[in-house]
Amino acid sequence: MSLAQHAGAAARPVVRVGQTVRRGECIAQATDGLSASVHAGSSGRILAIEDRPVPHASGLAAQCIVIQTDGRDDWLRLPALPIETPRHALLDRLADCGVVGLGGAAFPTATKLVPVCETLVINAAECEPHIACDDGLLRERADAVVAGVQWLQRICAASRVLIAIEDAMTDATLALTRAVQRCADPRLQVSEVPTIYPQGGERQLIRVLTGHEVPAGGLPQDIGILCHNVATAYAVSRAIEYGEALTSRIVSVSGAGIGSPGNFDVHLGTSLEFLIAHAGGYGPDAARLVMGGPMMGIALPHDGVPVVKACNSVLVLGAGEIRRSAPEMPCIRCGECVRVCPAQLMPQQLFDAIRLDDWQQTERLALSVCIECGCCAQVCPSQIPLVDWYRHGKSEIAIAQRRDTQANTARIRYEARNIRLAREQAERVARISDRAVVPVAPRAEATTLDTPSLTVAATSPPMDKSAVLAAIARGRARKQARDAETKPPAQPPDDSSA
Amino acid sequence: MRHFAVAGSPHQPAPIRVRRVMLDVLLALLPGIGMHVAVFGPGVLIQITLACGFALAFEAMALRARGRPQQPFISDLSAPVTAVLFALCIPPLCPWWISAIGMLAAIGVAKHIYGGLGFNLFNPAMVGYAVVLLSFPRELSQWLAPASLLPQGVGLGDALQAILGNPTALPWDTLSSATPLDVLRNQAGQDQMINEIRHAPIFGDFGGRGWEWIANAWLLGGAYLLWRRVVHWQVPFAVLASAIALSLPFWLSDPDMHPSPLQHVFSGGLMFAAWFVATDPVTGCASPRGRLVFGAGVGVLTLVLRRWSDYPDGVAFAVLLMNALAPLIDRYTRPRVFGRGRHA
Repeated sequence: MSLAQHAGAAARPVVRVGQTVRRGECIAQATDGLSASVHAGSSGRILAIEDRPVPHASGLAAQCIVIQTDGRDDWLRLPALPIETPRHALLDRLADCGVVGLGGAAFPTATKLVPVCETLVINAAECEPHIACDDGLLRERADAVVAGVQWLQRICAASRVLIAIEDAMTDATLALTRAVQRCADPRLQVSEVPTIYPQGGERQLIRVLTGHEVPAGGLPQDIGILCHNVATAYAVSRAIEYGEALTSRIVSVSGAGIGSPGNFDVHLGTSLEFLIAHAGGYGPDAARLVMGGPMMGIALPHDGVPVVKACNSVLVLGAGEIRRSAPEMPCIRCGECVRVCPAQLMPQQLFDAIRLDDWQQTERLALSVCIECGCCAQVCPSQIPLVDWYRHGKSEIAIAQRRDTQANTARIRYEARNIRLAREQAERVARISDRAVVPVAPRAEATTLDTPSLTVAATSPPMDKSAVLAAIARGRARKQARDAETKPPAQPPDDSSA
Repeated sequence: MRHFAVAGSPHQPAPIRVRRVMLDVLLALLPGIGMHVAVFGPGVLIQITLACGFALAFEAMALRARGRPQQPFISDLSAPVTAVLFALCIPPLCPWWISAIGMLAAIGVAKHIYGGLGFNLFNPAMVGYAVVLLSFPRELSQWLAPASLLPQGVGLGDALQAILGNPTALPWDTLSSATPLDVLRNQAGQDQMINEIRHAPIFGDFGGRGWEWIANAWLLGGAYLLWRRVVHWQVPFAVLASAIALSLPFWLSDPDMHPSPLQHVFSGGLMFAAWFVATDPVTGCASPRGRLVFGAGVGVLTLVLRRWSDYPDGVAFAVLLMNALAPLIDRYTRPRVFGRGRHA
């Protein structure tokens, strides 16, 4: 079980090696609002808590909890929640059950549901070609999905719920429509959208359904819309009505390199090797292993990685399905990328700007609006890896911004220090000159923490020695504490005199 | 555990490659080349062969001088496209060194000095044509009369002799003829009515005799490019529509003084340029609105040059002038970014 299968920071393990856990038992706790708890995918004994390879583009290992399963798959369920449960308790339940957006971003659902919205969009449009997990889920479990949709609607108090489904998913549409009719809620509405990539993208889907565009740099909630995936809705209904934590998901296993492709209900933490073996194993021309879809998926170096919450699809592409590596040609400005860009950017101008490290121009061309859908790179006749360039550009800009912020903070801190030193100097001068006129009995106890007025104690002759020593010790401790914070060492002006 | 090679997304095969784009352009030129041969004899085939040879030679030399890999850039077919476009612009019986000089200017200067494929600011074929047109006006004005107006056609042997050997051996007085645009220009300058001028045998139904059929063939090739999605409708539409829109009011107000819009469209190089020259992606605009502006500029400038310049046909200069403006047009015609107000 990877501990970093959600948007935020990795979860913190709360189990020991050797401990037995049941399925659904929390084994790692969320660390902040963007992070989500991780629950045991099946019952068994904790074998190790160590770094293991995880499905990530970097190919680096990350902290994982390894469970030796006992095959009994014993559940540890929370009590079911009744319909009148208050909103905050429902949100707590979703957080406790580790529910995250299962469309691919793995953003914690409880955090996303905090704002109230008018329109709730339920995304049943598959992300990419080849992926059919939402289709499979709807065909078999439409009622549970609709129940989950109703819970989501109650939580965010939406007056309208649009369930978007692709027009190619006929069986799923039928099952969904029937389930919606059965629940007889007039607020729920099924709408078909054309099957065009990247229709499943949140912003694109919202525009197709409502005609509104989510402002660039903003979130759907800015225009009163929330968007959740159908698989998330299903996980919500399991978490609330059955008290089940998120421990499994539907994964579509597909591609020409797979023996018998299909949708599988997979326990989180299952290794891809095992999953692929159960999907008929590798075909003779298996050439590339991809987690996700053919447009945005991550190519994995090997199948020894676990299924994670965001893993909607595993593709084993055949030799004929992958891009032959060819020398990259110069851009001929054919404009195909401009034609296909769903964010309506000018990809080839962006490419030029990033290549020249012209970050001002890059931001002017709105790189941040890019959703990395891969359409531009797909149609590029020169085979320029445009998306890689955009990711590079985004990270360069992020690094530059962080550096700017740091420099700014350092400058402010430095200026503040100069002001403080000047003020202290002035105070000291003032005090000495005051004392020259009216000698006042010094009181070491008066030394406050933020104005080191040791001077007063050191320069006044009739001084109790122990009080001086105590003051020096306090000053040393303060200095050490300050050094430990790696701030620019602010030299106490009176060290030498003490 | 099984291991796989990794690569960045997207993972699907590329639908089209640069080479295929260039090949489509060459295929789309075939009907026009065929019609050219039918009207003006086999001279153009020799010109195409010559120009391609020179183009590839200069391309190879330039790549070597610049230390670039030869294979991918020689085989991308961009040099032959430039060569064929150039060969179709010059008179079919031009001496061979016209091609050599034209290709040196096109490939050596306009293309490689600016950085090679994808980096040239000006359309190489048009630069080559403009250089020879300005440098050798006499050779470039010796157009043949259409074969249907000649007592006997120009055979392959005659053409070879004219191009490679001694051009003066041919009976130029009987063979050569001014182009319809030349005639129109000169005689209109002498206050003749367009109707009278058009009685000359060199004019056809609405353009020049023969020329209009070649223009039809360009239209056919253009339709192929549209179907193959190598070219989108904006540039050709804007070129032709702007030419028609500009000439129509003049013609309606005084048909005796001004050529008809169809005359404009179907003579000279306008149709050719609309589909094959102004649509060059490298030197044109990339945004859809930019392409409309670019095409309209080519159409309008062509008519302006035909009317007021010293050259009968201004297409090449119109394209070159718009090439210079293309980056600026692209700057001001960016699409509205998703989720934002007007231009970023």
